[in-house]
Order: sequence, then structure tokens, then C-alpha cells
Amino acid sequence: MPVAKTIQVIGHRTINAVWRIGMATRFFALTLVYSGNGFRRFRLITKELFSTGVMSLIIIIVAGLFVGMVLGLQGYETLKRYGSESALGVMVALGLVRELGPVVAALLFASRAGSAMTAEIGLMKATEQIDAMELMAINPIARIIAPRFWAGVISMPLLAAMFSAAGIFGGYFVGVVQIGVDEGSFWSQMQAAVDFKHDILNGVLKSFVFGVVVTAIALFEGYDAPPTAEGVSRATTRTVVTSSLAILMLDFVLTAMMFGGSE
Amino acid sequence: MTFHRGKLIAIMGSSGCGKTTLLRHIGGALKPTKGSVKVDGKIMHELDQDGLYEMRRKMGMLFQFGALFTDMSVYDNVAFQMREHTDLPEELIHDLVMMKLHAVGLRGTHNLMPSELSGGMARRVALARTVALDPMLIMYDEPFAGLDPISLTVVGDLIRRLNDALGATSVIVTHDVQESLKIVDYVYFMAGGVIVAEGTPDEIRASDKEFVHQFVHGEIDGPVPFHYPGGDYRQDLNLRA
Repeated sequence: MPVAKTIQVIGHRTINAVWRIGMATRFFALTLVYSGNGFRRFRLITKELFSTGVMSLIIIIVAGLFVGMVLGLQGYETLKRYGSESALGVMVALGLVRELGPVVAALLFASRAGSAMTAEIGLMKATEQIDAMELMAINPIARIIAPRFWAGVISMPLLAAMFSAAGIFGGYFVGVVQIGVDEGSFWSQMQAAVDFKHDILNGVLKSFVFGVVVTAIALFEGYDAPPTAEGVSRATTRTVVTSSLAILMLDFVLTAMMFGGSE
Repeated sequence: MTFHRGKLIAIMGSSGCGKTTLLRHIGGALKPTKGSVKVDGKIMHELDQDGLYEMRRKMGMLFQFGALFTDMSVYDNVAFQMREHTDLPEELIHDLVMMKLHAVGLRGTHNLMPSELSGGMARRVALARTVALDPMLIMYDEPFAGLDPISLTVVGDLIRRLNDALGATSVIVTHDVQESLKIVDYVYFMAGGVIVAEGTPDEIRASDKEFVHQFVHGEIDGPVPFHYPGGDYRQDLNLRA
């Protein structure tokens, strides 16, 4: 019967979804519980910081530079209509520090480091490396997952800061060097308008939240991936899709909480 | 099933009969729905995580394809458990790693990465890692799978020698009848999750049980049928009687 079949499919999918949410929550809680080991042996985190953070630097800086250049061009075109070209620095900086820095850096981080984490953990599972560790009486969540989680959480705000810095330089290059906006007003207005607590710290907080979410999704998807080539491939795709949607949705929520209704 | 100390025991049976599941029960990775596994006087599924991990420190397991950590060198793979479970100084760990690698004939590979090893070499490195902490129980999951004849003999010989040198008990899950009958002390045959035959290698070779005979001689049809159960063949071909 098609109706019964449909209800059965919906029920099955709902149970699966609830089951996965439960598993993910438990996994996240265990990662936090077993994080002490990672901090006691900080070199485990340092090693992962290199692969997730340092290795993402090039894509972050290059992307930041171009995003800043586009902001400089578009911003100049818009501000010129109102005779406010001198506010270009403010527009570029606020756009990057509050919004584009954390969001675009997190999207790039999810695509580069997040997918790599999922694939690595998924392949470790498929090649029985995680089982081997368990049977060696070594907790894989403490040894593999927790250091990667904290490396991701630490990397994300730093990468977002790098992205914003590169973007501001890009905006400066296009606006000041190429178009000829006054350099003094570019920097001085930026310095006067960008508030450390309201703008920069809120941006850092956003990127911290994105770091937690993206890394947790990437690690869970890898750990939960069926140990087959297809399973790892699907998990990697899910990491990028779920992380990207989570970033964009969370960005709206965070922006509404931080800047909604403010002047 | 009882495994006596110091013995090398093989568990054989066709694919899917529950051999690897049995190893996972011994290692406490699975909990039995019925019955129990007792290792060194302790019932595995009744242990809490600390107790389980304490027991696992006395065990070693060689996985089918080695399961070497691909982001670590051969040296770091063998040193891994020593660093995790002991406070030994690095100089001593170095000597122990070299001794373990020497025992499997691969001391010269200590700087290589797992991706640079052949299948047989990876299995031997994994064997060195398995015995890194001199376990009292060593489990082997298909240690001969996919090896060339030379590597197969080398690995078989190493399993026997390491078991005797360490005074350990070894359990080998394998399909390789000829190689395992050369090295083991006792054999269990499993089918459908139960023991269908057991005995010493000589008893197994002389066995007239149909299942054992089919398995030892590699016959196509017998108690383990060639055809997977299915419907009527003529019906599947849409032929009328």
C-alpha cells in the first residue's frame, strides 16, 4: 500500500535522524570529556594545528585578498554616488571583520580542512586503524578526535583574522593604490569607526562558533562513515554541505543577536 | 572453545561463519547475546571500560591488512603503544623498537612510511607492533590473506616463533588450511557460528568428517554448497515446465 509505505519510509527516516542526532551529541560530549588528554600532550594539538590551520593559510589569504579587492571596487562605486568615497576603509573593514571574514573563512575551512578531516577519519575507520587503536587500549576519541577538534577550534578564529587582514589589504590596494582614494582618510576613518568590542570581538566569537560547529560535524561524519569507499565519499560530501548550511544559518542567528537593532 | 596458555590455535571456517566476530568478542569489542568469553579469569563483557582497557593491554591483535597508522613511520607505529602505555625513556623505546623490527626482519625499514611497504612487509611491521608490549594473548585476523608464497611462509614462521619466544597464547583466524596446519597446535572448524570439528593438525588431516574434508581439500561442493539458496531456476529463467 503506497500510503503505508510512505508512512513507513517517513518513520524510518525520522528514527534515523533522531538516532544520528543522539549519536552526534554523545560523540561531541565524549570529545569534550576526553579533551584533557589533548591539552596535557599539547604536541598532539600542535601537529593537527599544522594540517588544519597552517595548510589552510594559502587558500584563506588568497581568497581574502580577492574578496577585499571586490569589496573595494563595489564599495567605491556605491559610495561615490553619495560622495562618501573616503568611507571606503570603514565599509571594507566592517564588512570583513563582522561578516565576510568569519563566514567566508569558515566556508573555505569546511571545504578544505573539514572535508580532509572527514576523509582521514573515515579512511582510518575503513582500514581498521581506529579498531586497532581501541584494541591497543587507547581511546580513539581522546587520541584522534579531541586533538583535531581543538586544533579546528583554535585555527578558525585565527584564519578568519588572516582572511580579514588580507581582505583589508585587498581593499586598500584597489581603493587607494588603483583608484586613488585618499590614504589618510581610508585608514583614519577605519580606525575611528571599527570598535574593538562590538565589531572585532563579535567577529571572533562568530568564527569561534563556526570553528566548533564545522570541526564537530567533520569529525562526527568521519567517525560515523560506513567503512567503504562510497561511505567515506558520502560522508565527505555531507560534511561540506551540512557545515556550509550550518554556517549560513548560524550566521543569521548570531548576527541578529549581536547586531540586530543596533545603530 | 578453550585456548590453553602457550598454544597456537587456528579457527577456520568459510567466510561469514563468525570467525572474526569471535576475535572481536575475545577483545571485548562486541558483547555476546548469549554465553561469555573469559580471558585470564575475567569475563570480558562484564568489565567496565578501565577493566577492559587493562585486559587489552595484555593482548595484541594483527588485523587482516595490518591496520598500520598511515600518518606515522614504521618506527613510530611500533613505538606507539610503548609511548602511550609506558613512561619508558626514548632511548629505551628506540632499542625496543629496533629489537622488535629486527625480530621480523625489517629493522632497515624504520624510517619508511607504511605506504612505502609491500603487503607482506606491512603485515610483518604490524606483527612487530602487535607484540610491542609482549602480550599474553595474540590474535591474528587472516594473517595470510593476499601474501605471496615467500611472505606467507615468513609470516607463518614468525607467528610460531614469536608465540614460543613470548610464551604467549595465539589465536589465528584463517582460511589458509595448508599453512596454518603446518604451524598450529590445535584447530577449530566453525560453520554457522558453531564449532563443527576440532582437533590437532594430524587429526584434522585424517578426519573423515564431510565439512573438514571439503575444507581441507578445497572441494567445490559439499556441506558448504556452491549455490546460494534461491528460488526455482526454471522460474528465474521464465521457462515453463
